[in-house]
Amino acid sequence: MHNPQLNKHGELIHLMSIEGLPKGILTQILDTAASFMEISAREVKKVPLLRGKSVFNLFFENSTRTRTTFEIAAKRLSADVINLDINKSSASKGETLLDTIDNLVAMHANLFVVRHASSGAPYLIAEHLQRIGRDDVHVVNAGDGRHAHPTQGLLDMYTIRHYKKDFTQLRVAIVGDILHSRVARSDIHALTTLGVPEVRAIGPETLLPKHLDKLGVQVFHDMNEGLKDCDVIIMLRLQNERMNGALLPSAGEYFRHYGLTPQKLALAKPDAIVMHPGPMNRGVEIHSAVADGSQAVILPQVTFGIAVRMAVMSIVAGN
Amino acid sequence: MNIEIRNGRVVDPQANIDRNTTLYITDGRIAGLGEAPAGFVAGQSIDAAGCVVCPGLIDLGARLNSIEAELAAAVAGGVTSVVVPPDADPPLDEPELADRLVHRGTEIGKARVLPLGALTQGLKGERLAELAGLKKAGCVAFSQANKPVVDTEALLRAMEYAATFGFAVWLQPQDYWLSRNGIAHEGEVASRLGLAGIPVAAETIAIATIVQLVRDTGCRVHLTRLSSAAGVALLKAARAEGLPVTADVGVHHLLLTENDIGFFNPHARFCPPLRAQGDRQALSDAAASGLLALCSDHTPVGADDKLLPFGEAKPGATGLEVLLPLTLKWAEAAKLTLPQALARITSAPAEVLGLAGGNLAVGAAADVCIFDPQATWQLTPEALKSRGKNSPWQGYMMSGKVKTTLVGGRVVFGS
Amino acid sequence: MSSLLNPLPDAEAQCRQLAELIRPQLHRNPALVGIFSGGVWIAERLKALLDLSDDIGMIDVSFYRDDFAEKGLHPQCKPTVIPFDVEGRHIILIDDVLYTGRTTRAAINELFDYGRPAAVDLAVLADRGERELPIGATYGVWDVELSGKQSLVLARQDDGRLAWRLENA
Repeated sequence: MHNPQLNKHGELIHLMSIEGLPKGILTQILDTAASFMEISAREVKKVPLLRGKSVFNLFFENSTRTRTTFEIAAKRLSADVINLDINKSSASKGETLLDTIDNLVAMHANLFVVRHASSGAPYLIAEHLQRIGRDDVHVVNAGDGRHAHPTQGLLDMYTIRHYKKDFTQLRVAIVGDILHSRVARSDIHALTTLGVPEVRAIGPETLLPKHLDKLGVQVFHDMNEGLKDCDVIIMLRLQNERMNGALLPSAGEYFRHYGLTPQKLALAKPDAIVMHPGPMNRGVEIHSAVADGSQAVILPQVTFGIAVRMAVMSIVAGN
Repeated sequence: MNIEIRNGRVVDPQANIDRNTTLYITDGRIAGLGEAPAGFVAGQSIDAAGCVVCPGLIDLGARLNSIEAELAAAVAGGVTSVVVPPDADPPLDEPELADRLVHRGTEIGKARVLPLGALTQGLKGERLAELAGLKKAGCVAFSQANKPVVDTEALLRAMEYAATFGFAVWLQPQDYWLSRNGIAHEGEVASRLGLAGIPVAAETIAIATIVQLVRDTGCRVHLTRLSSAAGVALLKAARAEGLPVTADVGVHHLLLTENDIGFFNPHARFCPPLRAQGDRQALSDAAASGLLALCSDHTPVGADDKLLPFGEAKPGATGLEVLLPLTLKWAEAAKLTLPQALARITSAPAEVLGLAGGNLAVGAAADVCIFDPQATWQLTPEALKSRGKNSPWQGYMMSGKVKTTLVGGRVVFGS
Repeated sequence: MSSLLNPLPDAEAQCRQLAELIRPQLHRNPALVGIFSGGVWIAERLKALLDLSDDIGMIDVSFYRDDFAEKGLHPQCKPTVIPFDVEGRHIILIDDVLYTGRTTRAAINELFDYGRPAAVDLAVLADRGERELPIGATYGVWDVELSGKQSLVLARQDDGRLAWRLENA
């Protein structure tokens, strides 16, 4: 099936999921992001690539953090940025998603950054744009339901490459609520595509999707076993809704078995790095000593995130 | 009116007839086959050369949102009787409503309308509807459509009550708790795409419960829209035990699987969900062996309710006009003969309903479908008479086109 | 304009020539900035030949090009590195071939996003004319005429030596 993210020359025109993207494109994004990193160190933190272009942040699900990093990234590319919190506007008046898109396209939007609660929403938009013949308008997925958060996956890979250099020698563990996590799914696809030989998922049965092995992942329910000799540990946020009893009895029990404490961290390699997409729940999935410790690279992840998003937007906007 | 249908390949699966011959109709009933009845003078002669002449199709599940358009769609698809689930708005839980529906159907004079009455008031699964009154008004059986009866005691009492009168109860086996948050089959595709899953257990637990209640009440039950191999296995066991249980499957579930969701195609959202290849194969084998009847599960959905992210799209597809071509497509893949395939949508549904029909026996109502099995047509919105243009087959070529449909000896579609 | 293309001139010798042209200006304390990739190699040579202490700057103009709409983002961009303060500095921009002038325009724009230099000079090995912008080389050692289909490419050989190559499109 033709991947709707690629044009007929195999170039990236939308970024909706890491799944199905060839390794070359992932590497291109990481390399381009490296070039953008040094812009943050300059006096004038801008390049003129997207000057005159309009980037619309369409967030159907609230997220000040992600929206802000996309806004910063777009502005550093000299684009005009418009933020739309759809909860408060037309969709709640009954306007369909596609009607909203049509209206914004008529306002000369060039690129949509979309976050939506339903898996697959960006695909609906991309297909609609193709149907109305607007191949000059691009979609970047900022998170759709449980399906994908590709820019987060890419910035996680950038982080790993920065600290560990070679993907092909690593053991990476993802810990937590993978069932509901779009970050986890994107990380898994990116890790396997980039050639990481061992990808592990650690969590209770209730928080792991079935058929994880089909995605190339080894499943562990015992965190002590799962963390052994890992080079990278990606901790996932446990959302409040999950702690209400059907999937987990309590945050306390979760922390005892699946929280990352200094003792558990010691089971991994001594130079292992600890990552987290944020925001963190201290004392639920991660102990403060680890979050603030020397092995945590959580704040650098945020900086890398801006460069990665600049790379993604410039690549799709140019194709 | 005397009608003769000449030169067609007459297929009556129930009577094991499959040959080129002439069909004779008098006063709305089949009058003879091959040999004209004494004194027969044709008032109308239909040339069915190159066509198959078979009993009008009986569709065990079709929603008639805008009744005129959908009944026209039915006969355009060769369907002469439609069984209508009770989940219209308002639900069919009062005899007057059933009366009106049947009356309207008769007025329109196209496909026969066989309504299912609501089993419980408002389909809420709590209090019984007036089953006897609904039966009198024309309901052929009682159903919850695809809404659950969560309260097992209420279900037990409803089945006991139905059994009192010998009424059949049609239930879609779907456990409420295990399916309420799900939008797709809990399998590889849902895991990968991040879609909330409905496990097979939702179907098997419900079937097991229903089967146990059949044992205890003796109520006759028809399970609608099976979706899994495990479900088929439970059905087989129940029948082997001699229990009065029958079942059907939607034609889309014989041809499609979870893989057809592709990149979140909302046209692949169905209730029950499309499951895995193994499930599809088991359903196909069961239908081929005669264990399952086939239906369209016709569910017209407007673009506003379909062109949405997968989880928000209303499930279901247009079915009346594709029931025949899709059945033929399935039959080719399953290596069935034409009579075997047509039985699934004529005599088998009639048997489920316990009504006469689905055959071309002398004296039977002249509900006839004449179709060209070789003719191809493209599925586009314009090609469909139904208001429901929603289909995973949009743009595909279909094989099998209905030329003429007769209901009670009157031509209601074609020439 | 001479068009000596057979054989192609010795690029290493041309670097030495270029260095001698720049030498009289060393009292202005110039900083060298090479444009990837050819300009960077030449800048490395010049730094050694002129015995300069500052590290050279390396510019990638991918983000400042004017053909983004037609060609998209170049697939292989490298990070720009300017290891000194541009403010008030005399900069010598270095490239291998000067042609339409658009690359130089992009490099100047990028340089100005780092600060306000006192002056910017342009040093090139080859000038093939056909300018599309009012830009000129301050220092050049070889004027050459090429047909539209030909391009002149500076390459670094396995032994590290720089050499010209003529390519036909």
